[in-house]
Amino acid sequence: MSLSDLLTLTPAGLYCPEADVHIDPVRPVPRALITHGHSDHARAGHGAVMATPQTLAIMALRYGEDFCTTRQPADYGEIVRVGSIDVSFHPAGHVLGSAQIRLKSSKICAVVSGDYKCARDPTCAPFELQRCDAFVTEATFGLPVFRHPDAAHEVARLMESCRLFPDRAHLVGAYSLGKAQRVMKLLREAGWDRPIWIHGAMEKITDFYQQQGVDLGEIRKVTAADRPKLAGDVIVCPPGQLTDLWSRKFPDPVAAFASGWMRVRARARQRGVELPLVVSDHVDWDDLCASVVATGASEIWVTHGAEDAIVHWCRMRGLDAQPLHMIGYGDEDVENMAAGEANE
Amino acid sequence: MNRFAELLDRLAYESSRNNKLRMMTDYFRRVEDPERGYALAAMTGALSFTHAKPGVVRALIAERTDPVLFDMSYDYVGDLSETVALMWPTPQRAHQDRRNAAPPTLSEVVHALEQAGKTDIPRLLADWLDDLDETGRWALLKLITGSLRIGVSARLAKTAVAALGDLQPNEIEEVWHGLEPPYIDLFAWVEGREPKPDARDPAPFRTPMLSHALEETDFRNLEPEDFVAEWKWDGIRVQAVTGVDATGRRVQRLYSRTGEDISNSFPDLVEAFSGEAFGELTIDGELLILRDGLVEPFSILQQRLNRKTVSTKLMTQYPAHIRAYDLLAENGEDLRPLTFVERRERLEKLVSRLAHDRLDLSPRVTFADWEALAAARRDPASAGAGADAEAIEGVMLKRRDSIYVPGRPKGLWYKWKRDPYNVDAVLMYAQRGHGKRSSFYSDFTFGVWRGEELVPVGKAYFGFTDQELLQLDKYVRNHTRNRFGPVREMDFSRDEGLVLEIAFEGLNRSTRHKSGVAMRFPRVSRIRWDKPAREADEIGALEALLKVTA
Ligand SMILES: [Zn+2]
Ligand SMILES: [Zn+2]
Repeated sequence: MSLSDLLTLTPAGLYCPEADVHIDPVRPVPRALITHGHSDHARAGHGAVMATPQTLAIMALRYGEDFCTTRQPADYGEIVRVGSIDVSFHPAGHVLGSAQIRLKSSKICAVVSGDYKCARDPTCAPFELQRCDAFVTEATFGLPVFRHPDAAHEVARLMESCRLFPDRAHLVGAYSLGKAQRVMKLLREAGWDRPIWIHGAMEKITDFYQQQGVDLGEIRKVTAADRPKLAGDVIVCPPGQLTDLWSRKFPDPVAAFASGWMRVRARARQRGVELPLVVSDHVDWDDLCASVVATGASEIWVTHGAEDAIVHWCRMRGLDAQPLHMIGYGDEDVENMAAGEANE
Repeated sequence: MNRFAELLDRLAYESSRNNKLRMMTDYFRRVEDPERGYALAAMTGALSFTHAKPGVVRALIAERTDPVLFDMSYDYVGDLSETVALMWPTPQRAHQDRRNAAPPTLSEVVHALEQAGKTDIPRLLADWLDDLDETGRWALLKLITGSLRIGVSARLAKTAVAALGDLQPNEIEEVWHGLEPPYIDLFAWVEGREPKPDARDPAPFRTPMLSHALEETDFRNLEPEDFVAEWKWDGIRVQAVTGVDATGRRVQRLYSRTGEDISNSFPDLVEAFSGEAFGELTIDGELLILRDGLVEPFSILQQRLNRKTVSTKLMTQYPAHIRAYDLLAENGEDLRPLTFVERRERLEKLVSRLAHDRLDLSPRVTFADWEALAAARRDPASAGAGADAEAIEGVMLKRRDSIYVPGRPKGLWYKWKRDPYNVDAVLMYAQRGHGKRSSFYSDFTFGVWRGEELVPVGKAYFGFTDQELLQLDKYVRNHTRNRFGPVREMDFSRDEGLVLEIAFEGLNRSTRHKSGVAMRFPRVSRIRWDKPAREADEIGALEALLKVTA
C-alpha cells in the first residue's frame, strides 16, 4: 500500500478520500483539517473545520466567529474516527496550537507535518516526532545553507545592538503570529525588562498568547505620539512596516528582521535590513534530514518551496521521495515576502 | 575571531558612516590586545595571505558535501565564501552545545598563517572552519581570500581608533607608517597610557588640503586681491616625501592623495629625489608626464597608473614629473602653520635651488579682476599656458593667508573647472551592452551624493576606449554586490566605489528620476581610479547648474 492510496492532490490541496477531508485546503471545501493558524494554511469559508482549540481560536480572531459552519476541537493526542480513518493531532512546535496531523487506516499510517520545527520555543508545545509509514514534510528551508543558530544567540545580538546604540530605536520585523511572541519571550528570558512595544496589527494575537499563559511582561501598543520617544527601545512590528513611512518617525531606527531567510546575505540586503536576526519557526536543513530519518517513513512527500534538495537527499538514501508542487503555499511565501510579510 | 566576525557582519549591513565608526570604536574599546590590533590590520589592508586561494576552499568543501547539493546552494547564495560558510558540516552538531573546541582567535589565525607552508593550509583551515560558527566561517574565508568588502576604508578604521582617545585622525596618520600590527604602542598612546609612538617613519604622509568647487554666486563675496590663482592640472595629485631613517639611509616616497604609497609605480621619480640635496621634504604637487618640456594629456599618464612593475621602456617613453604647488615640511620644520604666500616663497626658493629636471613650479596665473581670470580659464593658451593648455582643466584659487589645513576647510581654496558640464559620479549599476559589446558590462548607471545616500543621475554608454572598457568590465565583475536579472549592483558606499568623471551637454528637470534631474548626452570623460567615492559630487552641484542653465 502506498501513500497515494491514502492521500491525493486536488486543486484545493491534499485530500484523503477515505475520510472525505482536505488538509489545509487553499480554497473553501466542505470538510477541512487545519494544522495551524497561519493564513496560507488556515483560510476562511470552509464547512466543517477540525483543528486544535488554539488554532480554532486564532482563526476566529483573524476571520471573525463565522469563519466556518461548524468547528470541532481536537486536543493533542486524542484519536477521532473520521470515515474509516483514525485522525489525531500532535504538537508541531511551530506556533501556538500548531499540529502535525496523523492519518491511520487499516493499511497505512501517514503524518502530514504542516509547518514544524524542532528547536526550542517557549511559546508553544514542543514538536513530538511521530513514527509512520509515510511522511508529508514541509521544506521551506530545504537547502543545506539553512542552519538556524540558537535563537537566544540572535536575541543576544539584538540586545547588544541596543547597548551600542541607546539613542536609536530598534524595530524588529517579525511575523505577527508566533514569531513576534517568540522574540518577545526570548527577550524576557534574556533579561530585557523595559516595556516591549508592538505595532497595532499584532495586538490581538499577542493578547491571545498572554491569555493562553505565555507571559510576555509589559507589552505596549505604539501610538503616533510615542514614536519619536522610543530611543533605546525594542519595537516589534510586521516586516512590511520596516520600510514603511511609519518607521521613519522613530529616532534613527535600526531595521532588524527576525526570519530564517536572514541567513543569506543577499536576501537580507535586498530587504534593506541592517540587523538580520536568524530566527525561524521552521525546521532547518539538519533537523529536516534528521526528522525524515527518525519517522522511519519509507515514503516522503515534500511541500513548501525548496523541494529539490531534500528529494535528492532522500533518494540518495534509498527513500522514495516526491516533490508535491502544490499551488498556494510556495507562491504565497514569495508574495508575502514581496508584500513584506515573510510568512513562514 | 567571533567578535571580529560579528563586527564585520554588522559593518557589512550598515550604511551610515557615523554608525560604522561607533561600531568600530566600540569594538576597539572592548577587545583586548593583540586581537584588536590584528582586526585593525585586517581593516586597513595590512594583512595578506598568499597561500589561501579560493581553490583551496573549493577543494575542502568538495570533500565534505554532495556536489548536487553544493551546486544548488551556491546557485542560491551566489557567493563562494558564504556558501561554504553556511554549508560547512560541523562535527556532531547538537542543538545546544555543538562545538567542542574553542574557536580560534584572529591572532591565532594570523600567526598560524604566517608560519604555515602551502601544504599546511588545508588542514589548518578545516580545523578552524569546524570550530567557528557561520558568521565566523564567513569572516575567516573572506579575510584569507582577500575579498573582505565591508565598506570600510583604512581611513575610517583609523578614525575609529582616534575616537578611542581625543585624537584627530590625522594624528594617527602621521605615526601610522612607522607602526606594525598588532599596534600595541598605538593603542597604548591613544588610550593615554603611554607617550606618542616614535614617528619612526622618516617619510610620513600628511593629509592633503582640498578645495571646494566654485559657485558663480561666490564671486560676490570674494575679493580678487585676497587670492592667488594657479592652473588646475589634469594629472594626479601626489605628495612626494623625502627623509632619512634611523640608520641614516635616505628614504623617498610618493603618496596618492588618499595616502596610498604609489612609489612602486614611479621608481624614476623616487630615484630622481634620492639625492642628498633633497634633504627632508614634503612636496604637494601634480604628477604629470612631460616630454620635451610639454605636458602630455591624461590618457598618456594613464599608461603609468596602476602598474605593479614598470619597465625601463615605459619609464623612458613616459617620464614622470612633479609640478609642485605647495611645501608642507622642510628639513624638520612643519610649514603648514605658515600662510600660502610664505609657503610659496619657500617652495620657489627650493625648486630653483634644486634645479632638477623632474621637478618644477606650477606657475601663478596673474589676474586683475574676476573677468580677467574668467578669460584665462576660458583660454589658458593665451594666458601663459601656451602649448600646455590641453592639460589644464581649470584654475585654482587659494587665499593668500590660508594656512595648510588637512581636509576640506571652507572658504580657503576653490577649484574653478573649465567645462561647466562635468560631474564626478559614482558607478552604481552596470548592465551588458548590445551587439559586439554584448559580452561586456558597458552600460553604466552613476549617481551623486545626497547626504549619506547616492542618487542615480544618469546612464552612460560611451566615452571610454576599448582598453578602458576591459578595465571597467573587470571592475564590475569584481565589485558586484547584488544581481537583479541582467543588472549588477556595485559595491558602493562613502568608502568604496569607482568614480567616473561624466561630461554632458546639458541638464533638464525630471520628475521621472529620483534625483529630479536628467542629463543630456552623458559620457564617461575619465575613469577616476584615484578618487575616493566620498569625494564624488553632491546633488547640489547639479541643482546649482540647473538654476544657471534654466
Ligand atoms: Zn506556518
Ligand atoms: Zn507554511
